[in-house]
Amino acid sequence: MVTLEHLVPINELKSGVKPIWCPGCGDYGVMHAVLKAISELKIDPAHVVIASGIGCSGRFPAFVKTYGFHGVHGRALPLATGAKIANPDLTVLAVSGDGDGLSIGAGHLPHAARRNVDITYLVLDNEVYGLTKGQPSPTSSWGTKTKASPYGTVERPLNPVAMMLACEATFVARGFSARPQELAEIIKQGILHPGFAFIEIISPCVTFLDTYGLYKQRVVPIPDTHDRTNRMAALALAFDSEKIYLGIFYQDSQSRPHHMALREMREKISGSDSLQSLLERFRR
Amino acid sequence: MSVNDIVIRIAGESGEGIVTIGEVFVRIAAFSGLEVYTFRTFPAEILGGHVIFQARIADRPVLSQGDNINVLVSLNQEGYDTHVDELEVGGAVIYDNAVVKPRDNERHLLYPIPVSQLASNLNFARGSNLVMLGAMVQLMGLPLERAEQVVHRRLGRYPDLLPKNLEALMAGYHYAQEHFPTRPPTYLVPPEQIAEEKLVLTGYQAIALGALAAGCRFFAGYPITPATDLMEFMASELPKAGGTVVQAEDEIAAINMIIGASFAGLPSMTATSGPGLSLMIEALGLASMAEIPIVVVDVQRAGPATGMPTKTAQGDLYLAFYAGADEAPRFVIAPSSVEDCFYQTINAFNMAELYQMPVIILSDQALAPRVETCTFFNLENIRLWKRQLADLKPGQPFERYKITHSGVSPTTIPGMPGGQYTAEGLEHDEQGHPDYSPETHRLMTKKRWNKVNAARHHVFGLDNAVEEWGDQDAAIGILGWGSSLGPVKEAMVRAQEAGYRVAALFPKILFPMPDVRIRRFIRGRRVLIIPELNSLGQFARVIEHRYTRQLVQDSISVISLNKYEGLPFRPVEIFEEIKRVSELLTRRTWPR
Repeated sequence: MVTLEHLVPINELKSGVKPIWCPGCGDYGVMHAVLKAISELKIDPAHVVIASGIGCSGRFPAFVKTYGFHGVHGRALPLATGAKIANPDLTVLAVSGDGDGLSIGAGHLPHAARRNVDITYLVLDNEVYGLTKGQPSPTSSWGTKTKASPYGTVERPLNPVAMMLACEATFVARGFSARPQELAEIIKQGILHPGFAFIEIISPCVTFLDTYGLYKQRVVPIPDTHDRTNRMAALALAFDSEKIYLGIFYQDSQSRPHHMALREMREKISGSDSLQSLLERFRR
Repeated sequence: MSVNDIVIRIAGESGEGIVTIGEVFVRIAAFSGLEVYTFRTFPAEILGGHVIFQARIADRPVLSQGDNINVLVSLNQEGYDTHVDELEVGGAVIYDNAVVKPRDNERHLLYPIPVSQLASNLNFARGSNLVMLGAMVQLMGLPLERAEQVVHRRLGRYPDLLPKNLEALMAGYHYAQEHFPTRPPTYLVPPEQIAEEKLVLTGYQAIALGALAAGCRFFAGYPITPATDLMEFMASELPKAGGTVVQAEDEIAAINMIIGASFAGLPSMTATSGPGLSLMIEALGLASMAEIPIVVVDVQRAGPATGMPTKTAQGDLYLAFYAGADEAPRFVIAPSSVEDCFYQTINAFNMAELYQMPVIILSDQALAPRVETCTFFNLENIRLWKRQLADLKPGQPFERYKITHSGVSPTTIPGMPGGQYTAEGLEHDEQGHPDYSPETHRLMTKKRWNKVNAARHHVFGLDNAVEEWGDQDAAIGILGWGSSLGPVKEAMVRAQEAGYRVAALFPKILFPMPDVRIRRFIRGRRVLIIPELNSLGQFARVIEHRYTRQLVQDSISVISLNKYEGLPFRPVEIFEEIKRVSELLTRRTWPR
């Protein structure tokens, strides 16, 4: 992480491009929390990369004055992984929605977790495809009615937090766009975590599936008594059928990030072969 | 029957180490000062199934796997039965007489070797391959001390077994020496002195070495036959150069990872085959749109879907040229020999970095795994073209996608203060902000294609961008691409001896097309023969489409010579076509 002496105010971290998000969209709150985290951690914005895929969340990098990569659908994690490997000094974030990250891009999740790439992955979960104007997503509740599911969905929703705990991700958390202060704190912890930090962020879609009311009733902070190094206890919280817990479910204090493992591997390889000496091996 | 230009085929079960015997044998030959060229075909599975390894060995440069088989080495009955009909009359069969019963001892000379018995005499049942190798070395006329040196080098990583391996080699050698007073009619006479410095390596290794020489420091890939060897070689060598190899979860992840790494400043590469390239196409369009340099190696194999993973083809030309949504400019390069693989990979990185574009290298299943002797690579003459970085001025906004004459916009790399931008897959303005206006899309589409035009004028100044040879004034021109160059060259030597006149041109950089060179080459010809390992004549169709006017005005006929059997061209197939067309041309009915 490359930091500055001074604090860059949140407003100076905005690119000036007007967000395309609908008024009242949860993503505004998420963006504010991300900028607050970067600002308060004094990270040099020129050393930050935010990778995204497709969906309302995909537009995120354009509105922020860091380096960004708006890639194709579902591939924010591999883009972020490549950038982090290329330059481990960078602070790398990836931003997806529930469609981008949990449907088309879900195949990358277990692998980012098992590599433990030092990136912070924000999944902005609104339980609906917003950019394509309201189809059901992998986190939509059973029976969700949309134009693409006029009689209600007949699939169970995924539980992203439980999924990532099962993948042994080294940092698993959940935030809520309507609680930007707490969210900023979670994102800070995610950025500081040396390894893959998965943060599900409930970020309701006011246009196609307004769940603010529902969530405001059900969310509760993770109790102080929870031991965040206990994965099974974290799973129990993730599977709670009544309450939606917010906060850090699990963090592995022994987490060793991918780039460190790569560095150690390289250091163990004896002697660095020059190209000339490598060619000698093929001399007849 | 010839001395010092032999084709030897080794056939047996996959688990019997056919490829090991073959690769060690050709290295002994190369180490003895001879030139080698191998061809192998094997089942994708690690055990079971029929395998062949073929090598052509000569005392002069070898350009193809040859036409006839002079020597057949059979380690099982199937290996004998399947291949004996292809063995020339008077050719030699060297075989394990415990398991192979030759049915014809009049057409061929027989060299039975009791390999398993000799091995078990040494209490080393696993040594039968080495016994066979020893017998082959003796019968083919190669020096025993070279064989010992190569076995030391190649199998030295099993020090416990080395004495036993050498004993087994010796046992086979001495058995052949004692039992067969006459050598097969085809054998090798290594030169007394080894004059030129040469390298012995595969097409994969040449691509990997080219990538290392060009500054590649990140590789992500996913296992796929026949491209996996390239990933394995990179995994072994790239970390020593401070780089990283990641085995990704799939091809889509692999290409997106190299795009991410290249965005962050590292020259990056992936390698795959046709099915994997199909999966990568969306992201290839992203690299084109967001203007990120990447190099993608496609080791072509035969057939759509799973097809024939261990068989060769040149069927991905259309895929490489055109695949993707709407129009995504990219460069395509097709090396034509192991040596060329090294230099064309450097061209690929240079073009990717300078023009901020994806570059596809089209190799194939015949070119990539084969072992060839080639001239020692010249590292001193390598010139690297670097990505152009922006000269950032405080207070001035950085325009990542600034429209320039060449289409190339100076860029920044994360970590450069004040250079922040978003690499954008959406259509965007010069700042990189999403913009769908008709004007922007028109200008930006033009800007991206301008890079192709700029490259067309620039890269064809390179002395290795095309290869042209033969009789300049010939009525027949052969236009081709990729690994069919070797067989074409050999066929042309034979054609010249037979009195047929032919010229040939092989562009190595296929996209952009070297228009000036091709137009000049076509001029004055009556027929173009375009040999390709695909059924549609993909390159021929591109040529017809691109040069229609000249072809029609000058009444030049385009003849596609297509082979789609999973096997490379044999020189005789090209020669027969030259002969056929030459004879047609002498008839009056041929249009003038």
